[in-house]
Amino acid sequence: MISRRDFLQATVAASAIVGASGVGNWGRLAAQQKLTQDQLLAFEPMGNVTLIHLTDLHAQLKPIWFREPEINLGVGDVNGLPPHVTGQDFLNLFGFEPGTPEAYALTYLDFVALAQGYGKMGGMDRVATVVKAIRAERPDALLLDGGDTWHGSYTSEQTAGQDVVNVMNLLKPDAMTAHWEFTFGKDRVDEIIETLDFPFLGANIFDNEWNEPAYEPYKMFEQNGAKIAVIGQAFPYLPIANPRWMFPNLSFGVRQERVQEVVNEVRESEGADLVVLLSHNGFDVDRKLAANVEGIDIVLCGHTHDALPEPVQVNNTFLIASGSNGKFLSRIDVDVEKGGMKGLRHKLIPIFSDVITPDPEVAAVIDAEREPYKAELTEVLGKTDSLLYRRGNFNGTWDDLICNALIEEREADIALSPGFRWGPSLLPGDDITREDVHNATAMSYPAAYRSEMTGETIHTIMEDVADNLFNPDPYYQQGGDMVRVGGMGYSIDVSKPMGSRITNMTLLKTGEAIDPAKTYTVSGWASVNEGTEGPAIWDVVESYIKRKGTVSVDPNKSVKVTGA
Amino acid sequence: MNITRREALLIGAGGAVMLALPSIAQAKGLTEEAIASFTGGAPIAEGGVDLNTPEIAENGNTVPVEVSAEGATAILLLADGNPTPGVATFHFGPLAGSSSASTRIRLSKTQNVVAIAKMADGSFAKATREVKVTIGGCGG
Repeated sequence: MISRRDFLQATVAASAIVGASGVGNWGRLAAQQKLTQDQLLAFEPMGNVTLIHLTDLHAQLKPIWFREPEINLGVGDVNGLPPHVTGQDFLNLFGFEPGTPEAYALTYLDFVALAQGYGKMGGMDRVATVVKAIRAERPDALLLDGGDTWHGSYTSEQTAGQDVVNVMNLLKPDAMTAHWEFTFGKDRVDEIIETLDFPFLGANIFDNEWNEPAYEPYKMFEQNGAKIAVIGQAFPYLPIANPRWMFPNLSFGVRQERVQEVVNEVRESEGADLVVLLSHNGFDVDRKLAANVEGIDIVLCGHTHDALPEPVQVNNTFLIASGSNGKFLSRIDVDVEKGGMKGLRHKLIPIFSDVITPDPEVAAVIDAEREPYKAELTEVLGKTDSLLYRRGNFNGTWDDLICNALIEEREADIALSPGFRWGPSLLPGDDITREDVHNATAMSYPAAYRSEMTGETIHTIMEDVADNLFNPDPYYQQGGDMVRVGGMGYSIDVSKPMGSRITNMTLLKTGEAIDPAKTYTVSGWASVNEGTEGPAIWDVVESYIKRKGTVSVDPNKSVKVTGA
Repeated sequence: MNITRREALLIGAGGAVMLALPSIAQAKGLTEEAIASFTGGAPIAEGGVDLNTPEIAENGNTVPVEVSAEGATAILLLADGNPTPGVATFHFGPLAGSSSASTRIRLSKTQNVVAIAKMADGSFAKATREVKVTIGGCGG
């Protein structure tokens, strides 16, 4: 852990989570029952440029519960640095009190009790209200969408992203980049791009046959005399982390040299006064890129779903992390003169859905998009006794539920569920609707496979995935969180090199050690291999929930973590 | 840029060569042998060689590699974890506009790609890049 003093020195003093009145204010306001829309939006304008950052919506058009991670480990140089700070450490670092709206929005602490008190977060109709309010003050403010926008719900799955596109268009974004969008297939992405009034940017997306740029790398904007370059950086590991066969002619990668080239080009040929990287790299990759590339003023970070109430500064570059699922929006005001950025003020605006008034026009379109699917969406499949959440480096209860369903419904010894970061939460006592199941499983490659694997193969997979998360060099981390495992316990030392992190693999039903030579029946989902067979994961989970009526998930004590 | 016929065949034959599968210890030994025969045992400096590879291979069967070294007369390219580490030796004559080459190679697993440049003055320089070949999936 770094001390709070050191961290603040590494950030911009002018930033404040709630306007000029400073950090730690939501709690006081809530206690006085004065948490109002005006307070959430209060912002002392500065400079001549305003940016609005929304990222990783995952198609959540309606307000949701979203519990932030309890375990978010940083390895190597970033151990203990934001965003690898959770719970009480997070509150201490930023000077927040437990039980406050900040604690609810930004940490997992007392999540269930605080959720009941403060209500759901997000909702694109609420986000629209905030965007419109900022634009009323700053008409040329740029709304920049960091990607993972079109994917992640029942309706987005049914419409191949069209419902989200229709809603987003009402907000008039100025540019976007992408990740999960490509899992609808390249053709579908290109078809949607044709209809957009704003550019789809990806400086790191190349045609892999001729190694030529496949999408626009950047777009120039002007605001009050300042020339702004917005460079897009799509998720670098799409062909590895997601099915390559869905976009076989595209190559991605961090491409640090390419980023530097494009920065030089916009500075020298286009005369950019401010350079913004609209990134889906993930926070640690962005932090390394910011240290190695000269001339980026602001990185709008996505992918890793981190919500940070203050920017993180790396040399002369400021990293902004704006959360996920519509829970937050960042407003960044910048003072730009010829020759560069002179000042920056930032606010992470929490979208408390009970405090911010929905925009009626956007609310009506969201309801219209959902109307044809209403019966399917709202069908109650069962109830949960437990808090269901996914986010965190290791098992979350949503994935424990999915693994239990795979083991029982597919008659497997061991279940594997991918460590996705998306998927909202449900509170104990909540009904589980079909929409809820799809919020945790929606995708274009949902087959729940069942196959035989040796203990050695299972170990190899575990080591491979662990290295994708815990490699000390962020450029070698392609993954989401750790693969979630049902039916098997294990120990992991995150500080060890690949091949020696995972030990003590144990088959839980017998208590016996996993035998490298023995064969086990493994069921999982979201395989990146073309032609994977099996029922869709949501059908497996649905039939399990219906059979149980009420599900409860015991605390998972089968993963032992050391080395952090 | 010249590429000898033997080495071109070697690139093309990567798939077939896999069948011979020498052990990893052998591969490491073969890498050192190849370097020694290229340099004649002369010392090798770090720096002066730009080697560009993806950090993580999108497809281990065809990994793009770019190498350049200003003033080099030849560049030896090796993949130290492949059963046959030798990839190519690029020769640059006096009329070559720049000493740079790009190709695609097959990598059997996570390993280092190594480039050794022979400079006009007879000195040698080296660059190494680790390329991860992963099972993939789970990108959230």
